[in-house]
Amino acid sequence: MELQLSPEEQAFEAEVRDFIATNLPDDIRDKVREDRHLGREDFMRWQQILGRQGWFVGAWPRVHGGQAWSAMQTIIFNRVAGELHCPELQVFGPAMVGPVLYTFGTPEQQAQHLPAIRDSSVWWCQGYSEPGAGSDLAALQTMAEDAGDHYLVNGQKIWTSFAHYADWMFCLVRTSREGRKQEGISFLLIDMKTPGVEVQPIRMMDGRHYLNAVFFNNVRVPKHNRIGEEGRGWTYAKFLLEHERVENANLRFITQELQKLRRVAAEPDGNGRRLLDDPLFMAKLSAVEVQFKALEIGLLRMLSDMHSGAPAGPGKSSFIKIRGTEIAQRITELLVQASGADAQRYQPGPLFGQGDSALIGPANALGPVATYLFCRAMTIYGGSTEVQKNIMAKHALGL
Amino acid sequence: MDLQYTPEQDQLRESVERFVRDEYDFTRRRKLSATDTGHDEACWRQYADFGWLAIPFSEEEGGIGGDATDTGIVMEGVGRGLLLEPYLANVVLAGGMVSALGSAAQKAEWLQPMMTGERKLALAYAEPGARYDLAHCAATARRDGAGFVIDGRKSLVYGGAAAGVYVVVARTSGQPSDAGGLSAFLVDAGTPGLEVTPYALHDGQRAADLALTGVRVDAARLLGDEGKAFAALEKVVDQAIAALASEAVGAMAMLVDQTLEYLKTRQQFGRPIGTNQALQHRMVDMYIALDEARSMALYGALMLRESDPAARRKALSATKIEIDRTGRLVGQEAVQMHGGMGVTEELAIGHYFKRLSMIGVSFGDADFHLRRYAAAAA
Repeated sequence: MELQLSPEEQAFEAEVRDFIATNLPDDIRDKVREDRHLGREDFMRWQQILGRQGWFVGAWPRVHGGQAWSAMQTIIFNRVAGELHCPELQVFGPAMVGPVLYTFGTPEQQAQHLPAIRDSSVWWCQGYSEPGAGSDLAALQTMAEDAGDHYLVNGQKIWTSFAHYADWMFCLVRTSREGRKQEGISFLLIDMKTPGVEVQPIRMMDGRHYLNAVFFNNVRVPKHNRIGEEGRGWTYAKFLLEHERVENANLRFITQELQKLRRVAAEPDGNGRRLLDDPLFMAKLSAVEVQFKALEIGLLRMLSDMHSGAPAGPGKSSFIKIRGTEIAQRITELLVQASGADAQRYQPGPLFGQGDSALIGPANALGPVATYLFCRAMTIYGGSTEVQKNIMAKHALGL
Repeated sequence: MDLQYTPEQDQLRESVERFVRDEYDFTRRRKLSATDTGHDEACWRQYADFGWLAIPFSEEEGGIGGDATDTGIVMEGVGRGLLLEPYLANVVLAGGMVSALGSAAQKAEWLQPMMTGERKLALAYAEPGARYDLAHCAATARRDGAGFVIDGRKSLVYGGAAAGVYVVVARTSGQPSDAGGLSAFLVDAGTPGLEVTPYALHDGQRAADLALTGVRVDAARLLGDEGKAFAALEKVVDQAIAALASEAVGAMAMLVDQTLEYLKTRQQFGRPIGTNQALQHRMVDMYIALDEARSMALYGALMLRESDPAARRKALSATKIEIDRTGRLVGQEAVQMHGGMGVTEELAIGHYFKRLSMIGVSFGDADFHLRRYAAAAA
């Protein structure tokens, strides 16, 4: 057994560190460092820089233009990206619809979409949840009616992240009401510019707009935009979930926020006192940090098992999602605490880049409350903690 | 990075689990814990025959040359079977001190007979009122002619009831809480002036308090350099934390298995209680906690290789913090979900719970280690 990185892995880490240090634009780094809002252009600019290096889809197989990164390399990339204040990568293309396309798509679909995901010239969004289909996703009602060479789609999606930025949506729709509810679902790719697609913003409690409701009113979707077979969409959606294991651990975000927390805690207050010397605060910080260590080792153990050919074990990706989000939430909570009373100021100007009002108070105190509010969604999206526990109870424990 | 056990380690695990399953069932253990010594000499000889007592010692020392991941495998079995024989006390604690500090001659005389099961050792370092401060040592050893005279008191000497020889930590210089000035001596049971008070612990294990009054030992009984024992003591206690973490994993694994089985079989309101979502989610929490404990036990064992003592201390504190958290959760929930049966003496559940609770207060509780971790990470 060996906990240290291999020489190859160390060389990769050095390469990532060097690349990011050289190529991450200063303005983007500062925004991430200060928790300020990133716009579409910020995300795309960084993802396209990575795309030119082949790193936006590093984990893809070489035959599809990826670097065939091992899971360990993906972990290393995320860790370093967190340390060096890189934006969160928008995973809808590279980690979600991409693997579905290269596994189940036709050669035509792959030729149309994979290059634009690789170089991040197209923004994808995910059309899953509906008002009546949250945790019970298979209850979705958006209908795709067979109209010869195309489907006519009617219905509504909700909680669609960045639909207002998106060029394309991968979408679960109902093509049949017969049989089990999972069996009537198909997986469609929808051009967001198609007439009848309407995106409505949903304002969130942190003041930002990243979620949307998306309405479909007689939207014509060519049948050649369906992935795989009609009625097997649920299978492809489940496959996609299996690809999210490493992303679920939130490594980049947790690394970044922990680093921030230590930085804030190291700053002396007006009396020269530091939180770093306050045993009560440090007990809380240490407790979450060691729990993160347990998550990290757990993830590495799982990947090591998979690498040696053993199955990951049922429920492991749920466990990683549960802890990866809880730990992230706990850290954002401590960041609010660390910022003290200064955390209270709501400053949409500096925070969202609206107008040119000057920052009031310490820069450290600008972001924590907004981030804390935003992160409450983590244990709700992507299968809530409770749904993950249901999955584990059934598949890992046989209850 | 590679976190796979070797085929040899898989074999070791199988043999440990087979022993626990086939030869150390709960009924036998209950009988054993009621005897005077509280353990079985025949089992101890078996451990020696299996080679378990020689695992972490180098081949020059007469050992097998394994490391903490190997002792961790045995300790996980110790936890699964709640083995009462003083494995940790001999192999990790006292054996660890002799291995770290002893000369070749001392190892031949005291360590090798321990590995073959002929001689039992115990480490006497803790003192009344020290809490978990390893440097706190009021017991003194002063030079007297060719030897030393030791005076003082030692408490909670694990395996101290059965030991033939004690590794006694005493101060040869400095103030009662200085890290410098600690020395370690080999003191035979029966030496005039050494009074041993044996007792049982809540988990059935045995320990002893020692009172030393004018205890004379000759200079050949000094382990390592005079006044320089602290670094070794600290490392040995870190090794004990890693070993205890694996023991806790074994105990938690049994609680998770038995609780899950109970949820599937115990019927109330005409259906298994495991059909209740409230219990399912808590069972999932136990399952996750076990996996986290397993990760941290492995992490602790691997970080013992770390050459920087500060980094090692921080990692082992992280391990102990997580073991306490997960052990408490798994232990308390297992008791709760077993209902009335969970609090009886008859079921194994309560015995695992007791062991996990005692592990929680051994070698520093979570608060102690949160402080040590924060200090190392500041």
